[in-house]
Amino acid sequence: MSDEGQRANSPGSSLSASDKADFKRSLTDVVPHLRAFARGLCGRPDMADDLVQETMLKAWAAQDRFEPGTSMRAWTFVILRNAYLTDMRRNRFRGEYDEGVAERILTAPAGQEEPIHLSDLHRALLTLPAERREALLLVGAGGFSYEEAAQICGCAVGTIKSRVGRARAALTEMLAQGNIPRRSTADDIAHRAILEELDMVAAGNGVSSRP
Amino acid sequence: MASIHNHSGGTGHASNGAQRRAPEWADGLKQLYDSVVEEDLPDSFKDLLDQLDSSDAARSSNDNGTAMQSPDGRR
Repeated sequence: MSDEGQRANSPGSSLSASDKADFKRSLTDVVPHLRAFARGLCGRPDMADDLVQETMLKAWAAQDRFEPGTSMRAWTFVILRNAYLTDMRRNRFRGEYDEGVAERILTAPAGQEEPIHLSDLHRALLTLPAERREALLLVGAGGFSYEEAAQICGCAVGTIKSRVGRARAALTEMLAQGNIPRRSTADDIAHRAILEELDMVAAGNGVSSRP
Repeated sequence: MASIHNHSGGTGHASNGAQRRAPEWADGLKQLYDSVVEEDLPDSFKDLLDQLDSSDAARSSNDNGTAMQSPDGRR
């Protein structure tokens, strides 16, 4: 567990003013990406934004652990996902989806198949176990390589590949069959997956506090 | 898992293959993500950063940073 949040006011003693300015600028730049990742993880925009603010506080507090020249996006995503997992354990997120997602059509199939809508995809995504959802978000939406995603999640590259593959297969099947749970039905499964993962993080296999 | 039948997009063998081609909905994931990235950032985020910045400045007054307003006292 990290307690960076508690001491949000004593960061960066060893940093120069220009380092700090750089840090602030990089953090500012990455906020839209944090919002996008958080929205994908927890669905509801308001909760996602809370999560991003929590992440910003923690990142700020830990700023002297950030290595200039490395990816701010990857670094803050680690913080965000750990905050998400912690909040998840406290049951703050219920896997609700965003009612505001546009009903935009993603595919226009021939024949009598129903087209796939963006909102279908969003809903289907939120039914996935969190570990697969985040893997797919990192690789398929965030554009991270498998290696980077593995670093962010603190697991092996092969694990990420298999999570992405399973997530894709599950989504493809759900979307192809139009069989998308209305909401939250996968909560128990997702929740269990997360708790297992949290135990790993707690056991020191996460990467939340790499030097 | 491998029972996907009505797709023409090469998703036929959905085994464990992370290497296989992305399915046809894959672009939607990017759309979901990018649509949030492109949203206007609510002021609360900039406010938070400025607040963090100025509370730092207040702490280490000899470490004179760049453009910092004096703290507004509602921290």
